Amino acid sequence: MIIASYIYIAVRVSIPVLLGITGAIFNEKAGNTNLGIEGMMYMGAFAGFYTAVATNSVIMTLIAACLFGAFGALIYAFATVSLRTNQVVAGLSLTIFGQGVARFLGNTLSGGKGESVRIPDAVTQKVSWKIPVLKDIPFLGRALFGYDMIIYLSIVLVVIAYFYINKTRTGLNLRAVGENPAAADAAGINVSLYKYVHICIGGAFCGLAGAYIGVVYLTTWGNNMIAGKGWIAVALVIFASWNPLKAIYGSLLFGITSLIALRFQDSPISPYLLEMLPYLVTVIILVITSVKIKKENQQPASCGVNYFREER
Amino acid sequence: MYKKMILVMVAIVMALSVFSGCTGDNDGDGDAVSKLKIGVVYIGNISEPVGFSTEHYKGIMAAAKSLGIKESQILQREEVSDNDESCKEVFESLIANGCNVIIGTSYGYGTYMNDLANDPAYKDIIFMHCSGEYKNDVNFSNFFGRMYQARYLTGIVAGLKTETNKIGYVAAVGIPEVIRGINAFTLGVKSVNPDAEVIVRWTNTWGNPSIEKSTAETLISEGCDVITQHQDTDAAQIAARENKVWAIGYHSDMAVSSKEYNLTSAIWNLEAYYEQQFTDIINGEWKPGVAYWGGIKEGVVDIAPLSDNVAEGTQAKVDEVLAKFKDGSFDVFANYEIKDQDGNVKVTADTKLTDEELLSMMWFVEGVVGTID
Repeated sequence: MIIASYIYIAVRVSIPVLLGITGAIFNEKAGNTNLGIEGMMYMGAFAGFYTAVATNSVIMTLIAACLFGAFGALIYAFATVSLRTNQVVAGLSLTIFGQGVARFLGNTLSGGKGESVRIPDAVTQKVSWKIPVLKDIPFLGRALFGYDMIIYLSIVLVVIAYFYINKTRTGLNLRAVGENPAAADAAGINVSLYKYVHICIGGAFCGLAGAYIGVVYLTTWGNNMIAGKGWIAVALVIFASWNPLKAIYGSLLFGITSLIALRFQDSPISPYLLEMLPYLVTVIILVITSVKIKKENQQPASCGVNYFREER
Repeated sequence: MYKKMILVMVAIVMALSVFSGCTGDNDGDGDAVSKLKIGVVYIGNISEPVGFSTEHYKGIMAAAKSLGIKESQILQREEVSDNDESCKEVFESLIANGCNVIIGTSYGYGTYMNDLANDPAYKDIIFMHCSGEYKNDVNFSNFFGRMYQARYLTGIVAGLKTETNKIGYVAAVGIPEVIRGINAFTLGVKSVNPDAEVIVRWTNTWGNPSIEKSTAETLISEGCDVITQHQDTDAAQIAARENKVWAIGYHSDMAVSSKEYNLTSAIWNLEAYYEQQFTDIINGEWKPGVAYWGGIKEGVVDIAPLSDNVAEGTQAKVDEVLAKFKDGSFDVFANYEIKDQDGNVKVTADTKLTDEELLSMMWFVEGVVGTID
């Protein structure tokens, strides 16, 4: 029973990371290293929060969060694709920008200093609707069916992302843009358009991740809401080897190891070692995956390099 | 054309600067209230609904309002890290902006405030530091609250309420301030329910709501039916409410967070303290070299009103102990047998812990489940 509870907690911690990884995969598949995941999560968190408070509507909240996340990505896409600025710098700026925007606007939400802003109970109730009979099955009920709808929605979206990237024509074109934009260009693919669209889709995923943290998980506005989840997502992209399905294990592993760190605090093992565990596991797996060099597990070849047609 | 525009703009700037020069001096003289300029440095963000910085902000603002100090006379700097020397620049910039009273509200500012206070150039500026040990006889005092007294009272509430006899404590960082709170809370629990235990989990962060929430959820899944916290956000309270267990808040009255699952909170009440300090400054009676450590008696800390969820008889018991705190006939770490986790007797019927021992407390009392690294 207690294990079911742990799985439940771990999954809820992992979902925003999973969405963040998927967002980052979209960016990198389009040949852009985007370090702005954290910033877009903050923007999504704000937009979701604002809309939830203003409209009491879950669907509007999700749409607003995705759009605002995508808006952050659009700025990044304009800077890197059209203006060809350095991707690392543009991504870092997006993180700082997104966090700043969310904090600034989030603080105006409260009207006066020291006033609390919370998600209305009406929204929380709608979000936390659960499958009636299944959730009461002993053991499995909570671990499998006990979650809010947004978690299932997220997993469905991630699976769709996998099929889209790997099994469709446009996905193939996208991968071509990420591997070799010049060749893709020569094949008649509109490189800039592909980059713009997929960077924005990535931003929408990050926005959704932020909304999950803000609206569903924490439900109180706080300036430190995301607290590094975006950066973990950036690191776990490598663990997932640019594959959204593997991102599911990656994020879960992270969630479970961080819970182990909490659970075994009373044991003789130093808590600092335990706290390192999720990061340590990530690093070890990174090493293992990079030792086994397989072509399909590698970063898209043009990642980080802006495409400039005249330089071919 | 351009030259003309530049000329016009220069003229406007000049004109404005003349005006701003005029407005400076019409306060008149002799009015000590309007001469006051207070600079406050916070570690956290004061626009957050609950938390340590927010409580200081509320206290300072309320005190200022009742003394007729204008909001423009208070300069505030938020989210100033206390890890390194960079905070010194923030303090100096406040002084450069004309502040004659400087308040720092985080432990780590201490050494840097001490440097500045001992700098002869700043000898006329009053320095007040919360939660540190530095002071001097010229212009520097420190202050803090005996929060452990309020913790003891909330422990009574928890001990009477728990049915599983497991109480979860989401704790930030293993320093004496936090440990003191855990110990006092546990003693409060034990005073009414000797079978109950307090399970401590460290988050090793002051304010990371996600970690705080999952920590609280782990405690709840292990059977804790009352959750309390020493953290800067209310995430543990939200976790308690979501999982339908009882919650006890800290810093601010967190009834707003845990709503129908609220029991009470251990709260700061800094308005009275700041009002007294500002009054003394205005009257020229402010004293340097003071290490003020006020408790329930002085009104610096308090227990928030109990909710309707508390067990029967809780109010009477809390009132009884509260009265003893107020008349000085009882204190948490004095005059009854207190053992540590290993069974060593730390306090007996006729000894008590000194303030120094309290300020350096690095051991848990019997009844705490958890370790200090």
